Amino acid sequence: MTGLRILLGAAILGGLGAAAPFTPLWLISLVTLAMSTGLVVCGLIILWRGGLVPFGQALFFATGAYTVALSGRWFGVTDAFLLIALAVIMAALVAFVVGFLLAQYREIFFAMLSLALSMILYGVLVKSETLGSTDGVNVAQASFFGMKPRGPGYTFALFWLALGMVFSAWVGVSAYLGSIAGQLAGAIRDNEIRVEYLGISVTRLVHLKLTISAALAGAGGALAALSISHVDPQMAYWTTSGGFVFVTILAGAASVPAAFLGALLFEIVRTIAVALLPGGWQLILGSVLLLTILFVPEGLGSLMIRKRATVSEKGAA
Amino acid sequence: MSALLSVKGLEKTFGQVVAARDINVDVPQGQTVGIIGANGAGKTTFVNMITGHLTPSGGTIQFEGRDITGLPSRKIMRLGIARSFQVAQVFPTFSVFENLCAATAIARSGSSVVGAALSRFVSAETSADAETALGQFQIGQFRDALASTLPQGVRKLLDIAMATAGNPRVLLLDEPTSGISLEEKFGLMDVIMGALKARGTTILFVEHDMEIVQRFADRVLAFYDGTVIADGAPAEALGDERVREFITGTLIRSKDGSLNASRAFHA
Repeated sequence: MTGLRILLGAAILGGLGAAAPFTPLWLISLVTLAMSTGLVVCGLIILWRGGLVPFGQALFFATGAYTVALSGRWFGVTDAFLLIALAVIMAALVAFVVGFLLAQYREIFFAMLSLALSMILYGVLVKSETLGSTDGVNVAQASFFGMKPRGPGYTFALFWLALGMVFSAWVGVSAYLGSIAGQLAGAIRDNEIRVEYLGISVTRLVHLKLTISAALAGAGGALAALSISHVDPQMAYWTTSGGFVFVTILAGAASVPAAFLGALLFEIVRTIAVALLPGGWQLILGSVLLLTILFVPEGLGSLMIRKRATVSEKGAA
Repeated sequence: MSALLSVKGLEKTFGQVVAARDINVDVPQGQTVGIIGANGAGKTTFVNMITGHLTPSGGTIQFEGRDITGLPSRKIMRLGIARSFQVAQVFPTFSVFENLCAATAIARSGSSVVGAALSRFVSAETSADAETALGQFQIGQFRDALASTLPQGVRKLLDIAMATAGNPRVLLLDEPTSGISLEEKFGLMDVIMGALKARGTTILFVEHDMEIVQRFADRVLAFYDGTVIADGAPAEALGDERVREFITGTLIRSKDGSLNASRAFHA
């Protein structure tokens, strides 16, 4: 990734941040929530490129969210940055542990095993009174380096925090995707035997991918918890995981910014669908997914890449 | 001087089936060894045991004096034993150049996965290594072609070029000319041997074509029924009575049980 692209990205995000005070609060909340989904999808892209689709990424999302809620409730931690760091660490730690099992599996087995693990967490959350059971746990308002904005200021602060996280994730994930381990994703999908015989462990590469994707899911969960001010077991439920896979299909694995645009589009479509058809919004969402798979099977990101390629071809001509 | 690769009493059984038994071979540095034998004679089992694909049921394999028996393949790779495959193993959705970059990048990253996450895939070093390999194996004209679209011979060369990315001391080639037309075989072997000899690599290659073996091997290991029945210079090994009977088919047993040299042998 070039310095120019980083500057451009920073400028766009900075512009969004500056526009916040002139934007309706509901829209800011919606975008913040979309950013949290986008962070999870960034992680899914890393796995997706290696041919791995987890149906249980909500495991790490919920781990991040509950870490925020419980750190506040049990230990009185309120600093947003510290809460997010804790959530990322916890989610990555959980992934590191379950990774010893998960990284052994591929394809549908990987998908279903990850689903199984997330449903175990769901079961534990529902049954455990100390973890809030089905009611979940309220999240106290966070502070930002000692500052405690209230009312609209809090919404803005969270939004700016989200933009910072998006920027970090974008730079970090792009760097990872350009690294040897990142580029080997396609190689793993293509031919594991060859990768092993070049002298590197495929299992460990998958383990690393899983841990990184979980850290991002944890960050997304933390942001969602702060943004909604509440966590509940639904965050670990398989429909939540399904939503992440949905957005990944919508966004495609070609581009990191597409993960965030896809997440935003998903939130907007869902909001409109619920408003139009309160009892049957799934119908609209399903149709969008169907159309995506039919007409843009590589996702929104592929459109962006394709456009860029056309431009460079023209430039060469 | 001790052998670079030393195999003692190697055996492999799959249930009741004995795939390899009592294999004893010492390979000194720089030798080119041709491995011959009919299908099912144990050639590939032998290669698979040395490269860690199969764990031997008995016996030992030593490389540079170190016991490598039963180590996982990637560790054996790291120590300096690489292999190519009977069916070329490349990354079909990568270009030829990207395939070579992947190989050189892994070789340069050390065995560490974290190291691989922190180094760039296409760097000046990996590109330079990949370009060198393109030249050595004479596949430069296919540089940007997708590996899935390559002709068989080029795919074989790419597979072998990738195997050499870590500068292995020993390279095992499993039927490098299988699936290649008769006219192209010698040209292909010339390119492979030219590139490998320049690196001083010790080579073991499995081959069915006896002309190729005679031309390129310093030494021949003849496998039959899971073990080595002849081991020596090509002329000597290929002239062995049992090799002629069981492998090259230049000696046939007539109905009364006596041995007759066939026409092919006289020709």
